[in-house]
Amino acid sequence: MLVIAAVVLVLALLASLALGARDVAPGTVLQALLDPVAGDNDHTVVRDLRVPRTVIGLLAGAAFALAGAVMQGLTRNPLAEPGLLGVNTGASLFVVLGISLLGVSSSLGYLWCALLGAAVATAVVYLIGRGGEGGTSPARLVLSGAALTAGLTGVINLVLLTDQQALDRFRFWQVGSLVGRDLENVAAIWPFLAAGVAVALLSGRTLNTLALGEELARGLGQRTGVVRVALLAVIVLLAGGGTALAGPLLFIGLVVPHLARGLVGSDYRWIVPLSALLGPALVLLADVVGRLVARPSEIEVGIVAAFIGAPVMILLLRRVRTEGL
Amino acid sequence: MSTTAPRLGAGRRARARIATGVMVALLLVAGVLTLCLGDFGLTPGDVAQVLLGGGERLDRFIVTEVRLPRLVLAVLVGAAFGLSGGLFQSVLRNPLASPDVIGVTSGASVAALAALLGGASPWIVSASAFGGALLVSGVIAALSTRGGHGISGYRFVLIGIAVALMGRAVLEWVLTRSDVRDASTALSWLVGSVGNSRWPEILVLAIAMAVLLPLVAASARPLGLLESGDELATGLGAPARRLRPLLLALAVALAAAATAAAGPMAFVALIAAPVARGVLRLGRPSLGATALVGALIVAWADIVAQHALPETIAVPAGIVTGAIGAAYLLWLLATGRDRERSR
Repeated sequence: MLVIAAVVLVLALLASLALGARDVAPGTVLQALLDPVAGDNDHTVVRDLRVPRTVIGLLAGAAFALAGAVMQGLTRNPLAEPGLLGVNTGASLFVVLGISLLGVSSSLGYLWCALLGAAVATAVVYLIGRGGEGGTSPARLVLSGAALTAGLTGVINLVLLTDQQALDRFRFWQVGSLVGRDLENVAAIWPFLAAGVAVALLSGRTLNTLALGEELARGLGQRTGVVRVALLAVIVLLAGGGTALAGPLLFIGLVVPHLARGLVGSDYRWIVPLSALLGPALVLLADVVGRLVARPSEIEVGIVAAFIGAPVMILLLRRVRTEGL
Repeated sequence: MSTTAPRLGAGRRARARIATGVMVALLLVAGVLTLCLGDFGLTPGDVAQVLLGGGERLDRFIVTEVRLPRLVLAVLVGAAFGLSGGLFQSVLRNPLASPDVIGVTSGASVAALAALLGGASPWIVSASAFGGALLVSGVIAALSTRGGHGISGYRFVLIGIAVALMGRAVLEWVLTRSDVRDASTALSWLVGSVGNSRWPEILVLAIAMAVLLPLVAASARPLGLLESGDELATGLGAPARRLRPLLLALAVALAAAATAAAGPMAFVALIAAPVARGVLRLGRPSLGATALVGALIVAWADIVAQHALPETIAVPAGIVTGAIGAAYLLWLLATGRDRERSR
């Protein structure tokens, strides 16, 4: 299964490099990558436009998909996803505040703002979801996330309405897009994402144990308190870093782990690595679809992702047994 | 909160009457403040003169063309959203099922914004908002009915959230496709604003409400019966299965008309009815009080947004209502009070 997923990912990578307003033959793509000719238009398009957005899609896709997988395992909640739960919006809010109040303009500045925002939002939604008797039900967690998102969006709007320049920059970032982001950002952000991805990939066994429930996990020798905090930190790294890179992409973290679960069953040792491969594939394909549908213009990847993700969420809701909701 | 209508003691009635009186007084204060405050300050005396048909030309212009439309729009929009939310919550028996949470207003917004950016007349904007809202509610209802369970509970709300997110994606796309000035105007409309009020838009909303309000008033009794359960309601002559879609259509129409006029004023629909309940403590929904609370929220939110914030830049009222609403929603979830009536 992992091999098939890897093949799909490679195909998605190729498609992302080759297709768009100006189609480039696969052979030319390879040539552009390995042995570029200065002044060749096709080569310039591939190297200067397509490579950055493909790299960003790759990283952001892996980050959001893994954040979703870890979150679903940690909360034992099929609807958990950093986007739905307001973590990405928290990151957005702090980026906007950084731009508008502190004049942050470096990629590293964006990153720290995003990480801080993601951490605050994660903490808030986690505490609220736990509130009340009976712990966290899927529906309540999602609703808390929706409420948090609405509140945070209100503050974002407040900043944007008073600062038209910030609005101009922010609206393209907000929608979730792979374009217009420099490779410089990637250089600043990738170590954080890599750390998050590495820990996430190692967390499969732990997530399996947590899936058994708090008491059983503790009985099996799991130090659940420490593990929880560590996994929450991973989510913050991945969701915050991904948002700093590509904007708050919704639904990737929801759809991909469920797709993986459908393919390999409920073992997180398989779900997690499969998500790491399928996440980037989905983001890149969504991006390519957005480019092809509206040629020669394009539709941002975040919108395509929403239109793929919302129906999947509805399907999931219809399948979940009624008692849970 | 009990679901059976309790017999009301004289003390409770008196309390409810006093509370209603206080709310009316607060609304009047909001009205006076809206008409008097601003860069060009007027005394209540000046305003009274203008309203009685006199006053200086400049005063007349400011009151009748700038501040009065703003006030009237705030009151109408607040009442419409409040009633719409109250109907939704009662019919679906879920305090979270208000049109702004479940995507009905976002459907209306997409359609209305498309019409607005295309430069359509107020009537067309209203009609397309209604079309969008109706379409979205139809889709949500169709998707969430399953087996004999009908449209109630969390499933409906969550599917609504999914649909709302799709709507938001479209809105954001529209924002990236327009000139940054248009985007700024559109954003302020999307947040919910009574700042760009003009009489033609208000007239459309007023006519829509003149048609809808009698229907709402007629629905007060069946609504109270529906709250006490389907079987009981049907037994008492309010056939739940047939009434529910009708009442929801009414609620959708109210939300759509208000959205077309002022944008999706965030969360007014969510909080108006519970606040009205909490203030009156009658143990049953009171539509009049709900409308009053809705109007109060928007009118005061507009005053706060215009005058209480440090910067001189006009902030739409929707920012303030959104902040109040989000805080309320988080409180509802954190305390688990949403569970009491959601099953």
